[in-house]
Amino acid sequence: MADHARSTPAASAARAERPLSLPRVMGLLYASRIRSQASFRTSFVADVLGQMLVVGTEFLELWVILSQVGVLGGMALTQVAVVYGLGALAFGLADLFFGEIDGLSTMVRSGKLETLLIRPLPVLLQISSMDLSLRRLGRILVGLSTYVIALVVAGFSPTPLTLLLALTAPLAGAAVFAALLTTAGAMQFWLVDGREFANAFTYGGNYVATNPGAVFPLPLRAFFTFVVPATLIAYAPTLTLLDLPGPALIPAWSGWLGVPAGILTWTLASLLWRAGVRRYTGAGG
Amino acid sequence: MPRVSAYWSVARASFRQYSTYRMATAAGVFTNSVFGLIRASILLAAIHAAGGELRGYDALQAATYVWLGQALLAPIEAFGTREISQRVHQGDVAVDLLRPTHLLGMFYAQKLGRAGFLLLARGIPPMLVGAVLTGLALPSDPLSYLVGAACLLLAITVAFLGDAMINLASFWLVETRGLSVVYMAVMNLLSGFLIPIAWFPDWLAAIARATPFPSMVQTPIDALSGRIPPIEALALLGEQTAWALVLTVAAVLMLRIGVRSLEVQGG
Repeated sequence: MADHARSTPAASAARAERPLSLPRVMGLLYASRIRSQASFRTSFVADVLGQMLVVGTEFLELWVILSQVGVLGGMALTQVAVVYGLGALAFGLADLFFGEIDGLSTMVRSGKLETLLIRPLPVLLQISSMDLSLRRLGRILVGLSTYVIALVVAGFSPTPLTLLLALTAPLAGAAVFAALLTTAGAMQFWLVDGREFANAFTYGGNYVATNPGAVFPLPLRAFFTFVVPATLIAYAPTLTLLDLPGPALIPAWSGWLGVPAGILTWTLASLLWRAGVRRYTGAGG
Repeated sequence: MPRVSAYWSVARASFRQYSTYRMATAAGVFTNSVFGLIRASILLAAIHAAGGELRGYDALQAATYVWLGQALLAPIEAFGTREISQRVHQGDVAVDLLRPTHLLGMFYAQKLGRAGFLLLARGIPPMLVGAVLTGLALPSDPLSYLVGAACLLLAITVAFLGDAMINLASFWLVETRGLSVVYMAVMNLLSGFLIPIAWFPDWLAAIARATPFPSMVQTPIDALSGRIPPIEALALLGEQTAWALVLTVAAVLMLRIGVRSLEVQGG
């Protein structure tokens, strides 16, 4: 069969032109971005360290409050640190691959989006790989180490089931954040000048996710659980992992809702993204 | 010596330029208000946990602190600007240096015009949202507003100078983004924007008080909310003035030395 295919000139031409498979293209694209950034070693290290400092000062805010009051939203410092680490890890992962979508309105305005649309690759993948910023590894590193250390200190006693949750929660959370960032990007097809609207839900969602959900008054808690599922990213899984009772609207078993929330938000986000790309007509040029 | 009217025209133009971005302003107000709600919830939960009062802040005062902070965010430009550094990198700064106006004076005039607009359009709406949702503790002494306004002007000035110095580092650094990201993170914490400096542990408060950062956020908030009576606020006003002078000298020196090492290619 293979010999036969090689023998006809038409078939070999077809093979030469056959596009690479999507996973292979993704691998090539991401690898090239990583190589190009890691080659500026000093700048790369400084960027990562800077980002770690930024995330560290964010945690200082919670640490200062807890050094004053002891318990915030029903949680002690180590328990809050689990929430913070998990939330930062999930956001960092999503931000690494989807953080650049925020710049879509600039691409719409400058007409750069047209060049992406005529290439035979999904636009979302191109934007995602175009400016993959390795400095965002800083947030991931701080998040991951805070998450692991805090879990140990807070007395996490793993069973096979909760260990599975501890491993999947960062990925499910990353999926939810990635969907939020993609939704925010897609909204810019309609609101070119209003990109800051979406910050209330993406960065605002990150702010909510890294805090104990019980501190928020009921209407806000309901919004950031049922509409923008931020409390399901880190707070709810932490309740389940550490066997803590949950407040109204966020029972302890809701820690298992991360994966369904990720699937649901991604479905909505990809529908909105497609509608946005279809709606886009360009500005000529 | 250029006439004052040149700077005045620049400030006015900058005010009008910003007033055309209506959609962006509405989006900013919305986001500011949502963040205000999130921040207020966290601080109020902390005060509730502390039994109604935490280091001189009761619930209403903490809410006022949050909403004033949200109102100041845009005029202070706590997220930093990049214009000067971009002009240095692209070589446009050569044109700025040829103008009969001082480079820093020009950008300061622009900043004041912009801040004037942002104060009205992005400062007042979050205060109204706060008044409706959590209530505000506003001072009864009219002097507080007068001293508060002066503190606000100086806060904008000190914030401008700090930001300008980070931008001027571009005379020596190829990429200032990392520097500015770190600067903003440190400023957000030490200026007392995220949490009141009074809540800091002693060592952190001591570090904060040794920097110009509290002059940018905590001081105008304290003066405008009347948490510090107007007479005591005058002392803080003096501290802000001192920082403004020190940073002006530093920024002018940076510019002078930087210009000497500047090389613009092409023509």
